[in-house]
Amino acid sequence: MKTLAELQAIRDRMKSQMASRGTDADDIRIVVGMATCGIAAGARPVLNAIVEEVENRKLTNVKVTQTGCIGMCKLEPLVDVIMPGSEKVTYVHVTPEKARRIIASHVVNGNVVTEYTVDGEKA
Amino acid sequence: MLERAHILVCGGTGCTSGNSNKIYSEFQTRLKEQGLESEVKLIMTGCFGLCARGPIVVVYPEGTFYQHVKVEDVNEIVCEHILKGRPVERLLHSEKEEDGSLKAINETAFYKRQKRVVLRNCGIINPESIDEYLAYDGYKAYEKVVTQMTPQGVIDEIKKSGLRGRGGGGFSTGMKWQFAHDSVSDIKYVVCNADEGDPGAFMDRSLLEGDPHAVIEAMMIAGYAIGAKQGYIYVRAEYPIAVQRLEIAIGQAREYGILGKNIMGLGHDFDIELRLGAGAFVCGEETALLNSTEGKRGEPRQRPPFPAVKGLFEKPTLINNVETYGNITQIILNGADWFASMGTEKSKGTKVFALGGKINNTGLVEIPMGTTLRTIIEEIGGGIPNGKKFKAAQTGGPSGGCIPAELIDTKIDYDNLIAIGSMMGSGGLIVMDEDNCMVDIAKFFLEFTVDESCGKCTPCRIGNKRLYEMLDSVTKGTATMEDLDKMEQLCYYIKENSLCGLGQTAPNPVLSTLKYFRDEYVEHVKNKRCPAGVCKALVSFKIDPALCIGCTKCKRNCPVNAISGEIKQPHVIDASKCIKCGACLQGCPKNAIVR
Repeated sequence: MKTLAELQAIRDRMKSQMASRGTDADDIRIVVGMATCGIAAGARPVLNAIVEEVENRKLTNVKVTQTGCIGMCKLEPLVDVIMPGSEKVTYVHVTPEKARRIIASHVVNGNVVTEYTVDGEKA
Repeated sequence: MLERAHILVCGGTGCTSGNSNKIYSEFQTRLKEQGLESEVKLIMTGCFGLCARGPIVVVYPEGTFYQHVKVEDVNEIVCEHILKGRPVERLLHSEKEEDGSLKAINETAFYKRQKRVVLRNCGIINPESIDEYLAYDGYKAYEKVVTQMTPQGVIDEIKKSGLRGRGGGGFSTGMKWQFAHDSVSDIKYVVCNADEGDPGAFMDRSLLEGDPHAVIEAMMIAGYAIGAKQGYIYVRAEYPIAVQRLEIAIGQAREYGILGKNIMGLGHDFDIELRLGAGAFVCGEETALLNSTEGKRGEPRQRPPFPAVKGLFEKPTLINNVETYGNITQIILNGADWFASMGTEKSKGTKVFALGGKINNTGLVEIPMGTTLRTIIEEIGGGIPNGKKFKAAQTGGPSGGCIPAELIDTKIDYDNLIAIGSMMGSGGLIVMDEDNCMVDIAKFFLEFTVDESCGKCTPCRIGNKRLYEMLDSVTKGTATMEDLDKMEQLCYYIKENSLCGLGQTAPNPVLSTLKYFRDEYVEHVKNKRCPAGVCKALVSFKIDPALCIGCTKCKRNCPVNAISGEIKQPHVIDASKCIKCGACLQGCPKNAIVR
């Protein structure tokens, strides 16, 4: 027999697993470029790293989605972070390590990692 | 690892018959092929409601809604959408905003006006996983009533919510629970009526297929409230998917100690058994259902005593419909006031309708009580196909009546429908256009009840048969005007003298069509003509020689060689050979064939 606490534990675990079903306007969206160019440049490990990080940190208000080619193929892998109420931030040449830092700094604490953006790379 | 995408394949009966099982296994194969099986979660859900566009596949987190998906399309969805993030546009169920962007699925005409309370989990969770049900506050309502409420407190909350029986009668659910609670007995039972038999109705089936635990939890709450330890779900054997998912759900609940003794360690016992019905319409009548559950012949009992006093195995029994139970957990969790804020003065909450007939968006819809018929047909239903005119809507199946086009602005609730001579019924809503003959419709429903009458009482067994014969003579053009009056009298006689609900409501389709479409009956009787061209005995096909160009198309289409004529000369139909199939009519390029 499951006790009340055990049932609650199942609820909590499943809730975070099922968070991606249902869409909420207040959600933070992380979009990974997954066209041929992105995949060739290594977008898949980046995507997996992001999903893993989101799970580890229990970020239930974050939706990880993918998109096609947006034309800046030489800057792939590209990752967009869209926080509700603020401008989209595009990160370029993302690696799994960079992705983890983006989540820790930008998604969780709200500080854009400027050196990974298009402008930041140029500077 | 957390899956980054969820693919939901509809596993309702409609989509299953459209091969969604094969689509599911094709997804499994293709995901594996691409090495995506650990990244993507694939599940089968209950009904999404938009059955006309099935098989349906939804991909989260984007919420992309694919329609008419075929097995051959699966590879494209996996390779394009899942792998590369490009939705397959040709399969989208899409409506565009003014700026050309895609509308969110909840903003499309079919879903926008709906309010999903009972169907909240259908098409979202995997009905074969108790864990997914738990994630959406599953079994929390039960926990709440047992730990925080007294049985009387639960009943008071249900009473306050204004919930009325969704099986058709519309009796106050709280009162029913009160009567069962007040009956003194060592043993009591909770029964769920899932013997949905109306032609064209599939609300209960979809709920059981999509969210079986919601019904189980509600029965447990009812058991606590009235003091019962045993529940029975009487479900028809013709619903194999619903039966299978119920069996799985009951098994999982027992495994978790949610059904059985000392549930959740809270000291209350409750268990549920299934009883399969063999598909007799009369077994949806509560006393006949109780007989059948006991293993006896499915015939109604005299009432009173009502089941709340003397029901299953002569013990006090609470019996509610599937959809009624579907509301209970939400009332407990969100409060009676929340529930009562939806709907009209005397009909609270929402109602699920199975939309069928001459309508574009066939499917399952849940709307707040008080929504007009116009909203259902024109907005949610997407109007009548082929630009035809709306003629009437039939609610309540063989027990209900017709709502004519002039009453399209009627607000749908229990009392309004009864006032215009129909009834809510269980929720079948069949739309008819100008090609439907109302006499024929009445005859169709009456033929059904004549077939399904159990034969225990005379008014129903013989009265309905005689009524059917009179209707038949109207459709053959052999009835007289006196027959129409006699029919009406017989209708009232059957209604007043039948033993159970089946007989008492069987004449309703005849009465309501006589009321609103009497001119059609008169046309059949006096002029021997069927205005809609449905009643074969009254239709004759002719070719207008002035319009016929002698293309020979009708001659070639005719299955019985009843048409003769030379090329480029007007053709003629031999009435003695004609079987009135209408094949000539459909082929004619000049509309030269008249009936």
